[in-house]
Amino acid sequence: MSTDLEQFYEIFFEEAGELLAEMETRLLRLDILSPDPEDLNAIFRVAHSIKGGAGTFGFTDMAGLTHVLESLLDRLRRNELELRAEMVDAFLYARDVLKHQLDGHKGNGSADPAEVEAVNRKLKELEMDTGSSHAAPEFLPESMEPAPMAESDSVLGAAMPIDVAEPPLALDEPVSVPENAVTYRIEFDCVNLARPVMEKLLADLSRQGQLKNLTKPGNESVCILQLSTQISEEDVWESLAFLVDPISLSIEVAEKIAGDPPLIAVVPEPVIERELKHPPAIDQTVVTIKAQEEKEETRTPVPSNSTSPVNSEARLPAKAAVSTSQSKRSADQSSSSNSESSSIRVSVEKVDQMINLVGELVITQAMLAQTASQIDPVIFEKLLNGLNQLERNTRDLQEAVMSIRMMPISFVFSRFPRVVRDVASRLGKQVDLKTVGEGTELDKGLIEKITDPLTHLIRNSLDHGIETPEKRKELGKPARGTITLRASHQGGSIIIEVVDDGGGLNREKILAKAQSRGLPVNENMTDQEVWMLIFEAGFSTADVVTDVSGRGVGMDVVKRNIEGLGGRVEIDSVTGQGTRISIRLPLTLAILDGLSVAVGDQIFIIPLTYITESLKPVAGAIRTVRGQGRVVQVRGEYLPVIALHEIFSLEPVVQDIHEGILVILDAEGSKAAMFVDTLVGQHQVVIKSLESNYRRVAGVSGATIMGDGSVALILDAVGLVNVTKQRMINAA
Amino acid sequence: MLLTQTAATGESLNPVGNLASSEFLIFRLGKEEYGIEILKVQEIRGYDAITRIANAPEFIKGVINLRGVIVPIVDMRIKFNLGEAFYDQFTVVIILNLSGRVIGIVVDGVSDVINLDIEHLRPAPEFGGVIDTEYIIGLGTMEERMLILVDIEKLMSTSEMGLLEQTGK
Repeated sequence: MSTDLEQFYEIFFEEAGELLAEMETRLLRLDILSPDPEDLNAIFRVAHSIKGGAGTFGFTDMAGLTHVLESLLDRLRRNELELRAEMVDAFLYARDVLKHQLDGHKGNGSADPAEVEAVNRKLKELEMDTGSSHAAPEFLPESMEPAPMAESDSVLGAAMPIDVAEPPLALDEPVSVPENAVTYRIEFDCVNLARPVMEKLLADLSRQGQLKNLTKPGNESVCILQLSTQISEEDVWESLAFLVDPISLSIEVAEKIAGDPPLIAVVPEPVIERELKHPPAIDQTVVTIKAQEEKEETRTPVPSNSTSPVNSEARLPAKAAVSTSQSKRSADQSSSSNSESSSIRVSVEKVDQMINLVGELVITQAMLAQTASQIDPVIFEKLLNGLNQLERNTRDLQEAVMSIRMMPISFVFSRFPRVVRDVASRLGKQVDLKTVGEGTELDKGLIEKITDPLTHLIRNSLDHGIETPEKRKELGKPARGTITLRASHQGGSIIIEVVDDGGGLNREKILAKAQSRGLPVNENMTDQEVWMLIFEAGFSTADVVTDVSGRGVGMDVVKRNIEGLGGRVEIDSVTGQGTRISIRLPLTLAILDGLSVAVGDQIFIIPLTYITESLKPVAGAIRTVRGQGRVVQVRGEYLPVIALHEIFSLEPVVQDIHEGILVILDAEGSKAAMFVDTLVGQHQVVIKSLESNYRRVAGVSGATIMGDGSVALILDAVGLVNVTKQRMINAA
Repeated sequence: MLLTQTAATGESLNPVGNLASSEFLIFRLGKEEYGIEILKVQEIRGYDAITRIANAPEFIKGVINLRGVIVPIVDMRIKFNLGEAFYDQFTVVIILNLSGRVIGIVVDGVSDVINLDIEHLRPAPEFGGVIDTEYIIGLGTMEERMLILVDIEKLMSTSEMGLLEQTGK
């Protein structure tokens, strides 16, 4: 398979995925009694676009399903049918099946043919049901010519025998040019367009109305078409969006043409051949940033006085020389459909590389700053001023670049309404989902990793937290339970809370279960400590195991995942009133706030999140325990001492503990005191992987590069505390 | 080092898959000269600012910062017990890129890059040399010198080097 086709596939997969997600959001939002026509239109367009794209690539299964979906949706949006609740269910079902089909084409999993059959039937039923005689014609797969698996050189180069485009079939509305037809001038970059794609495109358009090819003979890299049609500009856009490079596509309303422009049924041979034989250089330097397809109503046709090919949607035409080679980006879309969002798709590798380079810049700048601190400030005043300016610029640049990877958490939250709806109805409960702080941003890498734990927590709330409507009425609570997802920034972290107003955690039950499992518990444990027990592996106080939860497999995985991201989980609960689970995550994975400490001649970094305080121990506070280790008394507690110089076999400068410094660490509730020679300073450091070229070292979680270019190891606080604690327990 | 006659063994060469090139970088280690495929060499630099890793074997000196990447450094002289290993401004570190892994080795000195015809290589005899013959591609000659050509990637991946995760790689 040629790379060109693969690139097309990738674009289709990504866009189809996004469209399906949008479809789901809108379907969930639909008010059955008075559906927003905008939503219906948008959902229709999703089906239409996917049908077009699927047809091009020969995904006849998807094309078939979307065709049925589209015709039903079309009638709904024209108010020929009334929306019913079961239709929404069927649409959601169809959407799921489409997703499976899409996954199948991507290579993971496949759609169950029985399901496909079922959903097809259901959709047709729904359409027939409401009595109209306008039956949707059977979709004819062979009429959509799939793009043949051409070798790469068929895109540009050798002449191929020209296929005659199929005669317009009566698939949709009959082609005619009634009086209210609008004429559009369509312009796009067609150098990279494969011949069969071009043919299909022209065939599609000519079915919609009267098509004229206005491509200038001397400039075949840009195709100009004129289409007189009844369909709206958005529909024209949708037909083309999958097939041409959207960045170069522009559609304007031309003057209403009187007279009869010749119908185009066959791809004009000379144009294509010439273009194929002499691919001209791409010198498009004016590229307008394309606005996302979601915003519909803002697309008003530009009056035909403007002759420059300005994309009528672009409100912010920035003239950036963007290379037309394929670039994709995790799209920075806002979840609300009515707001404008212009964006460029950029691959994640490019962003990561940029972050790396900026990281290097920060290190170099720090090195310069350090060297400069030693020179005479009077003689080199200008130099020092320049360096100060450099520091400010670097800091600003770093912030800006880091924010590129930040996306609003609504990306995560958006999938939960569906989860809540499905699970709640399956469990026979009525639950509302509220989200607060959807605009809170976090790093893209975190978004992907936080989704699973959050899903599990929500399912838990639904299953164990929220009671059935009857039970709630008994307790005097409203029959509909509420789960609130709240996200906010706090200091250098992001806090995500899952709050439910259900029955809360049952302290006695948890203690009893823990005791029966042999865990070391006692009645005097604080509530906080009791709640943390549910994170033990295999723990569950559920009486009944459902397929949603109850097996006791979930919570410990949740905790581990979150800690793997450098975060923490906390639980608060009041019996009878509800539970709140708080997840605290660092804002980004790659940068760490750390305290640098010296042990011997080496510098180590301790992540700040684990440090509670540091102090100089009083002479008498250190005790030895059975010769195995030492403990120190801090505020009435005895904490085990982590002697770094012993763990790392270093020569400490300070021999006596009470000459050095103790850094008190709190790693997931376990505390310890780390003995170091001195504290050096507090830094924000870029985490570099040790394991990519070396291997995992116990007690070390990574490395970083200090201002003078030397390497410092980042300590694995959790690991060290646990190891030391274990030694204490073994000694005791 | 005893050289026993190889004629009787009739062993064939120990080739490295398909040898990507026949250009070798020649370096000195102790009294011998060794050669490694030039395409596996990323750069050659001096020895400076190294950060020790706790509890690592002695021949793993630690890690360095190579333009933002953390690279471990192995001192071959210590590993193969080749006498005094001292570090001065003439100490040479060869930075290797072995299928994406970047590792540095300290050697006594680097001399040439030469072209060796594979057919002219002789198999390595079992002379109980410093490097196990399993990792030796063959012996080459240039002028009067004997060059021991090493499969450096295979050598660095062994568990005794301790550079990879000890999961039975």
